[in-house]
Amino acid sequence: MSTDTDGFRAEVRDWLRAHLPAGPLPSVDTANGFARHREWERELAAARLSVVSWPPRYGGRGASLLEWLVFEEEYYAAAAPVRVGQNGLFLLAPTLMRYGTAEQRDRLLPPMARADEIWAQAWSEPEAGSDLAAVRAGATRTKGGWLLSGTKTWSSRAAFADKAFGLFRTGQDKHRGLTYLLFGLRGDGVTVRPIRQLGGETGFAEIFLDGAFVPDADVVGAPGDGWRIAMSTAGDERGLSLRSPGRFSAAAARLVELWRRAGGPDADSLRDRVADAWIGAQAYRLHTLAGAARLAAGGTLGAEASLGKVFWSELDIMLHETALDLLGPRAELRGGDWLDGYLFSLAGPIYAGTNEIQRTVIAERLLGLPR
Amino acid sequence: MSLIRSAEQQQFASSLHDLLAAADAPGAVRRWAGGDHSPGLALWRKLAGVGVTALAVPPGSGGLGAGLADVVVACEELGHHAVPGPVAESAAAVPELITALADDRLSARWLPGLAAGDLIATVALPPWLPYATDADAAGLILLAEPGAVRLATAGTRHRSVDPARSLSQARGGEVLARGPAVAGAVARAREAGTVACAAQLLGAGRALLEASVLHARQRSQFGRPIGSFQAVKHQLADVAIGLEFARPLLGEAAVTLTPRDVSAAKVACTGAAQRAARAALQVHGAIGYTQEHDLHLWLTKVRALAGAWGSQAGHRARVMAAIADGGLAWN
Repeated sequence: MSTDTDGFRAEVRDWLRAHLPAGPLPSVDTANGFARHREWERELAAARLSVVSWPPRYGGRGASLLEWLVFEEEYYAAAAPVRVGQNGLFLLAPTLMRYGTAEQRDRLLPPMARADEIWAQAWSEPEAGSDLAAVRAGATRTKGGWLLSGTKTWSSRAAFADKAFGLFRTGQDKHRGLTYLLFGLRGDGVTVRPIRQLGGETGFAEIFLDGAFVPDADVVGAPGDGWRIAMSTAGDERGLSLRSPGRFSAAAARLVELWRRAGGPDADSLRDRVADAWIGAQAYRLHTLAGAARLAAGGTLGAEASLGKVFWSELDIMLHETALDLLGPRAELRGGDWLDGYLFSLAGPIYAGTNEIQRTVIAERLLGLPR
Repeated sequence: MSLIRSAEQQQFASSLHDLLAAADAPGAVRRWAGGDHSPGLALWRKLAGVGVTALAVPPGSGGLGAGLADVVVACEELGHHAVPGPVAESAAAVPELITALADDRLSARWLPGLAAGDLIATVALPPWLPYATDADAAGLILLAEPGAVRLATAGTRHRSVDPARSLSQARGGEVLARGPAVAGAVARAREAGTVACAAQLLGAGRALLEASVLHARQRSQFGRPIGSFQAVKHQLADVAIGLEFARPLLGEAAVTLTPRDVSAAKVACTGAAQRAARAALQVHGAIGYTQEHDLHLWLTKVRALAGAWGSQAGHRARVMAAIADGGLAWN
């Protein structure tokens, strides 16, 4: 990468080396682990490293996209803790930057950067998954705001988070009857039921809403404009912001090391898969850098984000499966990073728009195949 | 590192595309397969006219000294149009080899002709490339081994799965260069030819995807275009993903020319092109399984190039040798 980011890279690397917790933190999807991860975020924020690409007034440094990618590479290479605030940082914040009011940005972004307020997402419902515009949970008009009712589900981090953002029905029209709203998870009229995931922890939750109040100040964009805004958020989730290449570069480096130490016939027979995993991580990294260069030159990313989403989610599974196959009979033992990473990776092709939805987007919008 | 194509490179690629699209390249490929090289050679002269054959030749020898990134842009477009003849050999490997040998006498003897397009060259580089490709169309045949580079003549000629391609044994004759310096030059030619071949594969993969999309939009069954069926859409989406993520590896390899990056590019471009070929045949159905349809010109070229300039297994082994030996730095 370019030399003008070298100084920043060194600063991030040195800071992480000096401040990383001694051992791994307890899982972010436990009450204690969530609290510990919140403390870690506050430490990052104090060093102005929690949101490097944000403007300084909100807690960032105004770093370039390239510098943000450098931060991510160093963060993952150091095996630093999971970003507990990532739903807010990488999904809600870009939406507020683009569609929020100045008042909303001033009020919401600084506490998000400091992890004083951690956000969960509330998109899916029991009857609205891939067909997200079928959401039924409604917001009805009341004095000074809206009253929410209905059920949201698979809400990542909602078991322990403070607030949530989501899409609610405010009109009959399938797409233009949706509004983007922010609401507290711990107030009146809100019941959160944690759901145990495949790995046994409560990484997501069901949210029952029965008259929860949302003031007008917490509507993002105009009422009825929620679908357009949510789709832009979904684009961020699929694209650059949620899955920076640092995660896969670091995992591929660890996989190569695991393979090198393993030796023997298993390692011999898995060599080509390790090579393909490294090649895939390198391809994703170079592709992201090229995308960043294109954005810096004034270009845009649209449906192209769907290509990346399918690629990284499948790469992630392949990387972890290969590592587990190298571990052989030890792979099933709980407590290992590779197993945890594998279980996490399995969700990749499902969230942020299933890979089936993405392939359809690619075929129709990029290739021009008929609907 | 140049992450994205420059405006000039994009313009060059699109002018090559226009030139080849207007020149009935498939017709020339069919004639080449039937033993008549004349329309194919006319195509090469047109390409020489816009500088393709001069890219890898230094300015002092009548070339453009353009660098491999530009050679890759050209070779991708030649693969896109299935241009017949020893493309990776004549446009990349041989000029790189002769230039790297740094012998004024050899340079003067061949480089101006290569640059002008008057001379088409091929090379065998065993065991990497055991045969000389299209020796019957080449005015210069070389046998490049780590210890020596020789002038060669064509021995037994074998047909390829690609009807517009032949493979000949290279019988070594006059020694052109020998000694320790030769190994470096041969290695450079090997990397350059491999990158050029990977570029051809990426271009061929793109052509196969384009043909598949076109067919899927036009062909109707059950009263609707087959491209509206999800099973077809998703196959072609996977092809698009493979090609999209092979391209940055190719660009990187053209700049660094390290064994690690060159092999990563060849593995990815081959895989992406093979996926494109399988999907293209499936989407076209029986008409794709004929010689009447042009699709077979690309299908067979992809199979031929997939094993040329190093096997997939050999390239994966090179990647692992590089990265397990401390070459993990992400640069």
